[in-house]
Amino acid sequence: MATQTSSQARSLALAKATTQSKGRLRKLGVTGLLTELLKYVVLLVLAASFILPFYWMASSALKNDNQIYTVPPIWLPSPALWNNFWDAWNTPSLNFNLYTYNTVVKYAIPAAFGTVLSSALVAYSFSRIRWIGRDTVFGLVLATIMIPSWVTIVPLFIIFKQLGWLNTFLPLVIPRFFGNAFFIFLLRQFFLTIPTELSDAAKIDGANEFQIMSRVILPLTKPALTVVALFAFMDAWNDYFAPLIYVNIDSQWVLALGVEKMRAAVYEMGNQQLAYPYLMAVSTLVTLPIFVAFFFAQRTFIEGISLTGIKG
Amino acid sequence: MARAIVNPFRSPAERRNLLLGVIFASPWIIGFLVFTLIPLGSSLYYSFTRYDLLGDPVWIGLRNYNLLLTNDADFRVVMYNTLWWVLISSPLGVISAFLMALLLNTNILGRSIFRSVFFFPSIVPVVVTAFVWQFLLSTQYGAINGVLQGWGFPIIPFLANPAYVKPSLVLIHMWSQGSAMVIFLATLQDVPRTLYEAAEIDGANSWQRLWSVTVPMVSPVILFNLVMSLIGGFQNFTLPWLMTQGGPEKATEFYAIFLYRNAFQYLLMGKASALAWILFVIIVLFTVLVFRVSGRYTYYAGGGR
Repeated sequence: MATQTSSQARSLALAKATTQSKGRLRKLGVTGLLTELLKYVVLLVLAASFILPFYWMASSALKNDNQIYTVPPIWLPSPALWNNFWDAWNTPSLNFNLYTYNTVVKYAIPAAFGTVLSSALVAYSFSRIRWIGRDTVFGLVLATIMIPSWVTIVPLFIIFKQLGWLNTFLPLVIPRFFGNAFFIFLLRQFFLTIPTELSDAAKIDGANEFQIMSRVILPLTKPALTVVALFAFMDAWNDYFAPLIYVNIDSQWVLALGVEKMRAAVYEMGNQQLAYPYLMAVSTLVTLPIFVAFFFAQRTFIEGISLTGIKG
Repeated sequence: MARAIVNPFRSPAERRNLLLGVIFASPWIIGFLVFTLIPLGSSLYYSFTRYDLLGDPVWIGLRNYNLLLTNDADFRVVMYNTLWWVLISSPLGVISAFLMALLLNTNILGRSIFRSVFFFPSIVPVVVTAFVWQFLLSTQYGAINGVLQGWGFPIIPFLANPAYVKPSLVLIHMWSQGSAMVIFLATLQDVPRTLYEAAEIDGANSWQRLWSVTVPMVSPVILFNLVMSLIGGFQNFTLPWLMTQGGPEKATEFYAIFLYRNAFQYLLMGKASALAWILFVIIVLFTVLVFRVSGRYTYYAGGGR
């Protein structure tokens, strides 16, 4: 196994690195300045390539059917049709309020709850209890990340069909109550950082393993549990594939499917040229919560991602 | 790891711990059996049958495999598309993530802002990515063709021409490498400064430091990202499904799209299961191959695993 890294060690290294490299900046020659300049040009060009598509999405949402066509393209639509957001969201024959309800209440919240609960239990077993065969089983957990989901999709569909679960959210939610390898790994990393003395003290006070977990370990790892809940919620919010297969009837559509059906719905309304402004309007609205969450929790997102992927 | 093999039921404390450990791990163990292992077995069984969900599965032996491997022009096209995609998009995706991380790991102002900007596209709903890029690349309404036209260039049918559509999808793939980039960045920040200092004292220039310090030190993570990307690449579905529906002229009819059609549009569950198992075997072979080849080039600080 590669060495395990704690986030503290990383930020320490980062702090050291920045103080050390500041001194070097003073000794830059002309070529050094040119490389510096080039670096920022590349950075800004890259940043533009990441930002402009989203700007284009949001600005196109405000366009009318003439502004969509022009060469060169319009980057600041005038008049800006703010109504498009409202009209697109309320397109007849679609029901985005219902899709939001389906996505959040029927899918994302139960999925996040199940993921946190089950992954925490399993991670506790792999980090705080010493049992024979534990490391072998944990290796197996990590190995399952490599099993392609397409190999099991046909039998799972058949099983869920036989159970009568098609067009309900059960095929999407129930599997989340059985742990997720990535999140088990992430939580295990956090649980390992807690000194065993704490569990031992609780044990002497007469606590059993469940009590140690719920009263000692989980309260100390709330930030990590939040990361898992956030990621699991977002996975469900963004999910297109599982709903496409299991809950593909209009009363059960989630937001991702609703966005996909948008174009056809606009065509039905008879104004095909509004298809893109409307599509971009709902796309913007669906992306907005992700953007807001990311804006306020950037560190959490980035630390979470680096922790799940850090092992070689 | 080197634990002597002893009687697992040596002491009551160990017995108790084993029981507790298994109880706490039971969600995963049960889930693995029910949602992975048993379906894996039944999909192998279905792959030897003809099954349309209405009647019972009919055993037809190796027929599904036989037809696919020897007598299916579509399968050959799909295989070509998929191998093209994996061999081009995975290395390019990993390289672009690595280069972005290298850039962000240098001494720059506003690093966390750039990092967030580079990362954000990878957490956007894939439906949104698909439609925004479809719109941007459109010949009729697209901003990119609009700009090109404004500068006097001809229109480029990015998604409408079979020759351009796969490279266009590769670009979008490289555009959404934020997660891999963040993983690289965290690893780069863990490379001990002393190694760079030692290299500098030995007179290594920055290019040499990159090749003899940075790349070896992060090679396990390069391998990890490459393997994950290969596995993902073989299963590439949502983006081409939403953007091009496998077209134009089947140029983006990838393996997973073909499997999806057979399973859920034509209800050929037997054939789809055979496809799934062929995919599984290919992915395992590829992964083993990558680990074998990379073994020589990958450096583990702990002295191997």
